[in-house]
Amino acid sequence: MLATLIRLVGDFELAEEGMQDAFSAALERWPRSGIPANRRAWLVNTGRNKAVDRLRRKIVLRGKLKLVGAEAAIGLQPGIPAEETAPEEVEDDRLRLIFTCCHPALAMEARVALTLRVVCGLPTLVIAKAFLVSEETMAQRLVRAKAKIRDAGIPYEVPPRAILNERLSGVLAVIYLVFTEGYAPTTGDTPTRPELCEEAIRLGRLLDQLLSGEVEVEGLLALTLLHAARLAGRSDGAGDLLLLEEQDRGLWDRDRIAEGVVLLKRALSRPAPPGPYAVQAAIAALHAEAKSFAETDWAQIAGLYQVLVRLQPSPVVDLNAAAALSMVDGPGRALELIDALAARGGLDGYYPLPAARADLLRKLGRADEARAAYAEAIALVRVDAERRLLERRLASL
Amino acid sequence: MQYLLMIYVNEATRWGDEALVNSMRDKYATFTRDIIQSGEFKGGDGLLPSSTATTVRVRNGKPLLTDGPFAETREQLAGYYLIEAPNLDAATAIAARIPDAEGGAIEVRPIRQLQQEEVRQFGRAS
Repeated sequence: MLATLIRLVGDFELAEEGMQDAFSAALERWPRSGIPANRRAWLVNTGRNKAVDRLRRKIVLRGKLKLVGAEAAIGLQPGIPAEETAPEEVEDDRLRLIFTCCHPALAMEARVALTLRVVCGLPTLVIAKAFLVSEETMAQRLVRAKAKIRDAGIPYEVPPRAILNERLSGVLAVIYLVFTEGYAPTTGDTPTRPELCEEAIRLGRLLDQLLSGEVEVEGLLALTLLHAARLAGRSDGAGDLLLLEEQDRGLWDRDRIAEGVVLLKRALSRPAPPGPYAVQAAIAALHAEAKSFAETDWAQIAGLYQVLVRLQPSPVVDLNAAAALSMVDGPGRALELIDALAARGGLDGYYPLPAARADLLRKLGRADEARAAYAEAIALVRVDAERRLLERRLASL
Repeated sequence: MQYLLMIYVNEATRWGDEALVNSMRDKYATFTRDIIQSGEFKGGDGLLPSSTATTVRVRNGKPLLTDGPFAETREQLAGYYLIEAPNLDAATAIAARIPDAEGGAIEVRPIRQLQQEEVRQFGRAS
């Protein structure tokens, strides 16, 4: 509904205020005069009228001539007919909203904040807590983002076919960022933030519903479901992180895994070739379906990482590919690859690199070097739970 | 809406190669003609290099002149276009066609609107 109102009114803030006013009006009037046959149409049309009222009050108070033009423009918009609720129209508006909130002209943190606030409906305080900033900071971030949309003329549109895929990858990046912040938070002292994972999944489901048949939409949703399925096993009762090999697989959510696998199969059956999210989902599915760490199909995982390296070349992917390869070719070969990777630069300050070296050195029996590598990783890590895990690994040498 | 497209290039590399300079001149001629024909063009010019710039600041009523641009930057303002476009996506699409977008950077800034323009700004998106 908000999505449609934004389209009719042409401004985020005004639309939100109008919608609140419409809800208040409904709570007041419907008990007396009965619930209208088409609630959505009533609310949207009332919301629009309330928005115009607010605009008029602003004109009176501040004499802003330019707002008179805005009022005329809103007046020109047809309201939505009382008789129909065209589902395609609702879906179009929701898609418009998602693409606008994730527009590349907005800074990434603004896209994330706006999407969580306006698409997911999370209160500003909840989003602030999730990203460990003050409510005031998050409120300001949202105000600036909406101002940029308005002042720079970011259109309220679903992007045209020609650039849709490129913009879609931007939307997926926002969803993925929300998920990973919940799965492996970059700040604070909780090992996971499941509520962020849930929002990311909710967003992924919405996008899949609105844009069906897209490989990477299905791939990302599958990936988030498969990872989220393992959340319960990721940390122990004391809030400490566990390695994959230490986790109690009995705690994993089998229903979610099943759902993720179904989605993955659907994604892989599409004519379009799988993208990075689908490949990562395939790797996650192999982990999720393995009975134990030892019985995992490492050869296939290593092979999938080679595909991922080609699709999404980056030093981080190279590091993960080397770690997977160590399970197939042994620690010596993987260590060579990782040392070569370290020499190329690009992963300076990234603690998983020395942490991976440490684990391989440990397997090779080179304990002193392993200790030095763990120490290097510990010096770089910023999240308490991750540091405690590394300290535990160091202590166990 | 009107937007100012500010063209930034690294002058040292941009003006050093004569073949590049000539091919760029042709590309700009084509691009400028195209956006004039489409009605998007409202103004635009190339600027002489930043070494020809003078910066004026008035402090306590006194004008102070310094030689050069207002700040030393890795890339320098080399030219601009003033365009008319319905929204930011249209404006950035035009900016991407500017020959120096490849290798340089184009800053896209909305012009402060007169009240007549506001009606169009709030007008219906697709």
